[in-house]
Amino acid sequence: MTREIRAATGEALIMNRHYLWLLLLPFVGLLWIPLYNFKDPVLLGFPFFYWYQLAWVPVTAVLTWIAYRTYPHED
Amino acid sequence: MKTELDIPALAVFIFFFALVTIMGFVASRWKRPKTLASLDEWGLGGRQFGTWITWFLVGGDFYTAYTVIAVPSLVYSVGAYGFFALPYTILVYPFVFMVMPKLWQVAKDNGYVTAADVVHGRYASRTLEAAVAITGVVATMPYIALQLIGMAAAVKALGFEGEWPLIAAFLVLALYTYSSGLRAPALIAFVKDIMIYIAVIAAVSYIPGKLGGYAAVFTAADEAFKAKGSGSILLQPSQYVAYATLALGSALAAFMYPHTLTGIFASKSATTIRKNAVLLPAYTLMLGLLALLGYMGHAAHLKLASNNDVVPALFQNLFPGWFAGFAFAAIAIGALVPAAVMSIGAANLFTRNFWKAYVNPNVTHAQEAGVAKIASLVVKVGALLVIIYLPTQFALDLQLLGGLWILQTLPALIFGLFTRWFTAPALLAGWAVGLFGGTYLTWMDGLKPLHLLSVGSWSATVYVGIIALVANIVVAAIVNVIVRRTSGPFASDTWVGLPTEK
Repeated sequence: MTREIRAATGEALIMNRHYLWLLLLPFVGLLWIPLYNFKDPVLLGFPFFYWYQLAWVPVTAVLTWIAYRTYPHED
Repeated sequence: MKTELDIPALAVFIFFFALVTIMGFVASRWKRPKTLASLDEWGLGGRQFGTWITWFLVGGDFYTAYTVIAVPSLVYSVGAYGFFALPYTILVYPFVFMVMPKLWQVAKDNGYVTAADVVHGRYASRTLEAAVAITGVVATMPYIALQLIGMAAAVKALGFEGEWPLIAAFLVLALYTYSSGLRAPALIAFVKDIMIYIAVIAAVSYIPGKLGGYAAVFTAADEAFKAKGSGSILLQPSQYVAYATLALGSALAAFMYPHTLTGIFASKSATTIRKNAVLLPAYTLMLGLLALLGYMGHAAHLKLASNNDVVPALFQNLFPGWFAGFAFAAIAIGALVPAAVMSIGAANLFTRNFWKAYVNPNVTHAQEAGVAKIASLVVKVGALLVIIYLPTQFALDLQLLGGLWILQTLPALIFGLFTRWFTAPALLAGWAVGLFGGTYLTWMDGLKPLHLLSVGSWSATVYVGIIALVANIVVAAIVNVIVRRTSGPFASDTWVGLPTEK
């Protein structure tokens, strides 16, 4: 249903494509090492270095899902 | 490590191995087409795999048995630095999301089966096509050999000596891949992935409890690295650039390989691929936890003959025999799925971009499937011979170089999806500079993937793959400017479809 709405309002579609920029966030968050190369705060025994990177897994999945929703679904 | 045969472990191992063998042969009847005798059916499973099949297949194919053994082993020996596999396998999915649906669409519309088909379709250059195809095959061969190393570690832990179990397992694999094509690993991947999930979840929830919790595991690892005088649970500032470039370079290279691309091309739709970019990170979470088994090896005070034994030794020492057998079966079966898809990917390249291009341009669909089936056998036998007759280090070094090589096909394969500016001679020049220059640097550094770059007072250790890719792109751009000025229009403005037989 959303597909017809989007098709009818091309502008909304273009606006939504701005969400694709969200996909750059994991690159910044993970490739800038000084941001997270620490021991503290420790969470459940995991030093920050480890739980921070593990946390990017669900965060990236959610960002990708937001981007995914801006595309029409063919199946 | 124990080496005597453990009967419950062995029984569980053999049960699961027999199960997937039967599944491998039955797979030829799964989603059965009128005939398997075409490359679309044998080599791509009919391009009909939906979200879940693709999830299991690509997950089973990308997170290989070697990964399960090697990542914890690297973390065990060097610490935080070995963890680059985590950012690598996170960053790969935004890239897949942005690029692979486009690539799939082009392949689907024009009947392309391989990366080199896509490149030939865009640039109409046999030379560039051959460069991409040869790079793909050469980069894949040692990768298949590494799957055997992963399998060998599991088989050895069961108490077998000698090479015959490996040879037997590979023969069976070769036979069902021959008869069922991509359907075999796609079906087996369901079993493999579920088994690996069970083994890893059991390991990361049960083992730390026995070792005093995660805090104790990290402390033990920290102390072990300090006692050893090398390695650390945090990165040294001198490792920052190496860590980041290894993660980025590996993420860009991962879906240039024939086996991962085969999983992409076999999907039903662009939406299937986008959905999988959202769902596949579940495997990454598993890999991140799995990597920590390396630290658990320190906490358990394992005495290891080889770092590669850390995962098998943990299962053997901390779990009952039957569960260890289950975990080893998971690892061994984990080797079969990628090995099968890799040999299929390499066989597709040989068939389309060598046989059809040079030997028999009028090859029929049925003949194509026949050639690919034979090629897949040859590729697997080749990998087996490499493992049996050459030192293991040879396969490891080649696989390392393979990552660098395959990354150099990225501009030729991907840029054409987004721009029509590049031309074949420019991309070929870039590929050659990246591939040979990068290999030279690696060679000069004693087969190390990292190179110390100094510019004035600034210096950093950088992954050679990234240095080579930057050189590749810069050379391609410069040559392209020259080529565009000195010659007329190029063929890169339309996709060259393949003649269809109907």
